[in-house]
Amino acid sequence: MLLEKSLAAIFVLLLAATLVNGLLVLLRPGKNWRELTLRIRTWWLIIILFSLALLSPHWLALTFFALVSFVALKEFLTLAPLRQSDRMPLLWMFIAIPINYWLIGIGWYGMFTIFIPVYVFLFLPTRMVIAGDTHSFLRTASQLHWGLMTTVFAFSHVAFLLILPSESQSTGALLVLFLVGLTELNDIAQYLWGKSLGHIKVTPKVSPNKTLAGLLGGVATTAVVATILGPILTPLSSPMALAAGTIIGITGFCGDVVMSAIKRDIGVKDSGTLLPGHGGILDRLDSLLFTAPVFFHFIRYFYY
Amino acid sequence: MPKRILRLMFSLCIVWPVMWLWLGLRIRHREKLPKRGPAIVVANHNSHMDVFALLSLFPLCQQANVHPVAAADYFLRNKQMAWFSLNILNIIPVSRRGGDSNPLALCEQALHEGKTVILFPEGTRGEPGILSPLKSGVWYLSQAVPEVPIIPIWLHGTEQSMAKGSIIPLPLFIDVTIGDALHFNADKKVSMSMLKEHLLALEQQTTGNHSHD
Repeated sequence: MLLEKSLAAIFVLLLAATLVNGLLVLLRPGKNWRELTLRIRTWWLIIILFSLALLSPHWLALTFFALVSFVALKEFLTLAPLRQSDRMPLLWMFIAIPINYWLIGIGWYGMFTIFIPVYVFLFLPTRMVIAGDTHSFLRTASQLHWGLMTTVFAFSHVAFLLILPSESQSTGALLVLFLVGLTELNDIAQYLWGKSLGHIKVTPKVSPNKTLAGLLGGVATTAVVATILGPILTPLSSPMALAAGTIIGITGFCGDVVMSAIKRDIGVKDSGTLLPGHGGILDRLDSLLFTAPVFFHFIRYFYY
Repeated sequence: MPKRILRLMFSLCIVWPVMWLWLGLRIRHREKLPKRGPAIVVANHNSHMDVFALLSLFPLCQQANVHPVAAADYFLRNKQMAWFSLNILNIIPVSRRGGDSNPLALCEQALHEGKTVILFPEGTRGEPGILSPLKSGVWYLSQAVPEVPIIPIWLHGTEQSMAKGSIIPLPLFIDVTIGDALHFNADKKVSMSMLKEHLLALEQQTTGNHSHD
């Protein structure tokens, strides 16, 4: 019941955003609201799909998360400069996705934690050696590793939260909701705090919009909301929820700027055009790629 | 018509899953693609994927009315290939050697019937990302049917996904940018350079680096 209520609360928030946007378009037609309208429309799609995934049986939810990994990895590789000789190693990378999510599905935690960081990471350069192209070998190997690390390994920790053992049926889904909800809230809070009273830039060369006030205000907001929601939605006690919120706030910021640095290195503004108003799927997932593994291990260490 | 059904099955079971699930098309300015023919669709050519990417832009019910123009010496080189090209891919064969009275007669006929024709003015698969010199077949075809619009399209990523000689397409996104319709211009030189300019502008739109904020 708690899960359904929480999802309903999110839909109410989104409905409010849609109404505010509609009013803004009506009252101030001079300004360009297209980007915001597109963004909210895409949010509807994301949240409907996400809710369906959380409400569906585990195998279907895992398939959904595997598909998100697939699309994200595809987007990453479309951006990265590839060599002609990388074809076969690349195809092997995609085989890692179903195996990784299958390991989650059968709950083989030990194998899941080493499958990509040990076996796939050692296998990929070996397969590249067979292709025999040593020109910019190291750069390519790191690109392939980083792509898998973020879009498959790190992201799939969200899916692993779902199958953590629990007394009531929906605890796993509520953990996912807690993590994803706070990560998004953190993004928005950092943006708003930075916009309203930010002066000192944190990463001027990577992302000039990020300010110290944004970072601190965002982390504080996330920590406060986490302290309130943690004991309701998750097994976390208030002090532990405060810690979790702080961790999500800081790692969310790190994920955001690291993915920005990658885009800047490649020379693109957005990672893609898949989500109108948001850019690509990686632009939406950037913070989550860092918050997911850290939050997962935090909660698993202390509570499972 | 069993051939029509075969063709539909081919689009539905092979082309569409590969294009939309495995690869993924990212289309800019879809609204510029005319809903129905006649139209001459013109695109850059780097990969065998190109023709499938262009065919997937059209809805299923339109599939029977879209014809890629293809070299007869390559696509009709043996019996099986010829059957597949003519019946499933729906190609209009064109002789590259010339000598016939009018190599484009079949294209003209298709356009008169209100169909859409896909043409690669580079003639053959060129170097990825570099527009080879355009052949003037488009202009001759356009001269015969001056009222038919020419739709320029830029494809990016097909050669990464499926380079010459590879069998399995890599799962990478393909970017498709559709441009404004061009119309017949009596001056061949002007007409061809305009087409080239439009294609290069579309390339800029597709791959051009954006400033980062």
